[in-house]
Amino acid sequence: MSIRVGKAAKAPAFPIAAHKALENNQLRANVRRATTTIRNKRALRVEEMPDWEALRSAGAAIKQHTLAHLDHYLEEFVANCERAGGKVHWARDADEANSIAINLIRTYAPKDSTTPVEVIKVKTMTSDEIQMNHALEAAGITPIETDLADMIVQLGHDEPSHIVVPALHKNRTEIRDIFRASMNKPELTDQPEDLTSAARKYLRERFLRTKIAVSGANFAIADTGTVCVVESEGNGRMCLTLPEVLITLVGIEKVIPSFGDLEVYLQTLPRSATGERMNPYNSLWTGVTPGDGPQHFHVILLDNGRTKLLEDEMERETLQCIRCAACLNACPVYRETGGHAYGSIYSGPIGAILSPQLQSLEHSRSLPYASTLCGACYEVCPVKINIPEVLIHLRGRVVREDQKTLKGKLGVENIAMQAAATIFRNERRYEASQRLARIGQLAFERKGMLTNLPGMAGGWTATRDLKPIPSHSFRDWWKSRKKKGASN
Amino acid sequence: MTAREEILARIQGALHVRASDPANGHGQIERTYTRTTSMTEHQTIDLFIDRLVDYDTEVIQVSNDAGIAAAVAQSMTKAQETALLAPAGFPQEWLPSGIAITFDESLSHEALDAEKTVITTCEAAVASTGTIFLVHGGLQGRRVITLLPDHHICIVRRSQVFSVLPEALTAVTSSATKPITTISGPSATSDIEMVRIRGVHGPRSLTVILVS
Amino acid sequence: MWLIPSECEPRAVRFGIQPDRSSGYFLRRPTPLRIALFVACYNDTLFPQTGVAVTELLERLGHTVEFPLAQTCCGQMHYNTGYHGEAVPLVRRFVELFRDAETVCVPSASCVAMMREHYELIARNEDDPALLAEVQALLPRVFEFSELLTKKLKVTDVGAHFPHSVTYHPSCHSLRMLNIREEPLTLLRAVDGLNLIELPNREQCCGFGGTFAVKNMDVSTAMLAEKKACVIETKAEVVTSLDNSCLMQIYGGLHRDGSNVRTVHIAEILNSVKGLAGGNA
Repeated sequence: MSIRVGKAAKAPAFPIAAHKALENNQLRANVRRATTTIRNKRALRVEEMPDWEALRSAGAAIKQHTLAHLDHYLEEFVANCERAGGKVHWARDADEANSIAINLIRTYAPKDSTTPVEVIKVKTMTSDEIQMNHALEAAGITPIETDLADMIVQLGHDEPSHIVVPALHKNRTEIRDIFRASMNKPELTDQPEDLTSAARKYLRERFLRTKIAVSGANFAIADTGTVCVVESEGNGRMCLTLPEVLITLVGIEKVIPSFGDLEVYLQTLPRSATGERMNPYNSLWTGVTPGDGPQHFHVILLDNGRTKLLEDEMERETLQCIRCAACLNACPVYRETGGHAYGSIYSGPIGAILSPQLQSLEHSRSLPYASTLCGACYEVCPVKINIPEVLIHLRGRVVREDQKTLKGKLGVENIAMQAAATIFRNERRYEASQRLARIGQLAFERKGMLTNLPGMAGGWTATRDLKPIPSHSFRDWWKSRKKKGASN
Repeated sequence: MTAREEILARIQGALHVRASDPANGHGQIERTYTRTTSMTEHQTIDLFIDRLVDYDTEVIQVSNDAGIAAAVAQSMTKAQETALLAPAGFPQEWLPSGIAITFDESLSHEALDAEKTVITTCEAAVASTGTIFLVHGGLQGRRVITLLPDHHICIVRRSQVFSVLPEALTAVTSSATKPITTISGPSATSDIEMVRIRGVHGPRSLTVILVS
Repeated sequence: MWLIPSECEPRAVRFGIQPDRSSGYFLRRPTPLRIALFVACYNDTLFPQTGVAVTELLERLGHTVEFPLAQTCCGQMHYNTGYHGEAVPLVRRFVELFRDAETVCVPSASCVAMMREHYELIARNEDDPALLAEVQALLPRVFEFSELLTKKLKVTDVGAHFPHSVTYHPSCHSLRMLNIREEPLTLLRAVDGLNLIELPNREQCCGFGGTFAVKNMDVSTAMLAEKKACVIETKAEVVTSLDNSCLMQIYGGLHRDGSNVRTVHIAEILNSVKGLAGGNA
């Protein structure tokens, strides 16, 4: 069983990665600008929709219903897709999915080829989740990313930092340098128009000659067997139409019951993701259509840990996600660090709940704490995932698991929390601890402020001042007042 | 156990069922969002044109089918184009004379790549988002012909324009298993410093001939 | 009912006589309530003056304030950090102490959010229908301080005098979990002499987040930097909020920078008759 979420298993804990990310001012400026721009556009597009809340409610309800009957709808999708000429494969984990893809590509690859087989790819986070490119390359297959941002990331040997705008951490000069080197265009300027034009020409040639494409999908529709890809650039249409063979990787949570349900998501997804009333292109296709597009169509349905989230109803909410990234753009934590600090292909608020859960909390355990629980994510989520509640739920799981180990039991935080709980359960202990703290703080008072507090509290005084505990608590005041008979 | 069996077993185990039965659950989902409006045809068309213009789409209005050919000629002359690609069986009376016309009879991708201008009809349109629905086949052409050329001329009838998306989707539901493309303005990217650039792949210009 | 000219209203209010704006000049004494105060553990220990202000103000408005001394903590810190089992006894303690209270006032939006968002869930997870029933019966009687004034006591002008420029930071719990948006602003606008200045990007989190402030101190500090910049931009003398936790974070950063901006809980502003010079904060 090899469930993987990109490179999350090897990523440093969030506080450490964040510390490093915070030093990168260019990244932070890019992230702030990008998230503010999309967030403001989204707000405009949402304001003009008097039925926005009704759309959110319906979007959540459809997903909840689907997940509660997931086996039924998956089977319905498979039957209808295959009836129309598609072939569906099931993959339990990352390795199995990659293995199926590689076998299919080898089956269809031109037999006389002396150069490695190339496949063109449409943006799909799911393929990053299973590290498909890495597996393809190891099998002698060359994947070519065709989304502009993914191309920038790939040619720059980098990692994506945002679900919808993966190269937002790069500015135009950095992109120009990447393109100059990889496209052999030393005269290329850093004007966005020129960069885009260079990408258009570079890719056009590849679209026309490559026989095999790999895509993801935004929705898999059960009652018709239709697959839907939502995009802006047109590279999706190219990859879905021109090649002879199409392999589409679909997480099992992407299925929706009915074609008509698109009327909800095609309104909420574009507005949430890019702040547009509608994205430029949506492609819908069912199986194989003779004379139009790929004549060999394969779907790989992917589990890779998703079924584990089904049993608990709160965890199941995580699977409602339609990958719009509105939560990333709203998150004040993401705003400071960008996506790399989360160490997972799924970053920001959704990443903080999805990454650890797919990996059974064996990795990415610091991510549920990478949040102040401010709720900005829940406010913007088009399918009403209560991310703060899921975060608290996951924190509970992390703590309970840690408390089973000796290391966890004896950890500084657990000891402090147990002590605090004991104190709060008893009035006299509570008052005693207040008095004790007043005395204990004397060692740390300098010029009327507390400095250099020990242990975890030092995390406060390192960057912030803290007034000493007042000499009288509220209850001291209350008691002395009662003695004076001043109340009533 | 096959992968399918194992995954289904995991799902059913997690849901505590032998096999899920949605019964009427889907039909009972509450939908209080807007599914239709009372906009007049006039208002709908005005809004549609407004959105199209916002996308830099050229809009030419003609009062009947007889005006289509002239509108096509007007658009192509303005763009200095002299050759036109059309789906096989496209009515000659809608095509201008004096230009080279190629009908798509299973042309190769290379041949299509050389075409600059293509003309099709459409299935439906949405005013509020400026969206055009193509249900591919027949006079709407197979997918590739509206993808490779740089200028797409699309004939949209006023009666095909709906006010909101749910209405248009309902209209195309009977064709749900055909390839469908929705087009809302030219392609775009904001991947470079959030500056929106138009025309990454796909036609960089769109002309709508709006027929009464 | 007394007929009192409008220019005497503020003084009248200070004496506990409430103007009835809907009928013009007629004033009436409010029905005195018995209000049980849950001051919140961190207010008790670190910001006693907030509890004092709440008590004095409610008494001035003609009500009786009670303070069950056995109270400690609502359990939020433990619960939100993942120590769910440890929070249960604290939930029981709160319910037991306040179950007979007619009205409970809590000058801490985050504590009220904890109760409204999680107490029922906790009772259900404990499989304790009796606790669940008690929680459900008690919660409708629990109010955050500004909610108590505007929704329960239906008062917006408490006769305060605070001649300073003030900017309001809405704590995330009050804004998003309790949906308190306009009420604190309405209360502040009615304060004599107060110049209310809008805080730019006010809905952005200050970075406190409970244990987040130390577990993720770098990010907490980075978030605080943005909040500080917005506060400074207003040129206000005072930042106020419904939560001393946010104010502690904001104060901690501003004071470290050497700023003179003061942080004052809304209760202390509303209880003020002499402004800052009168010995508040």
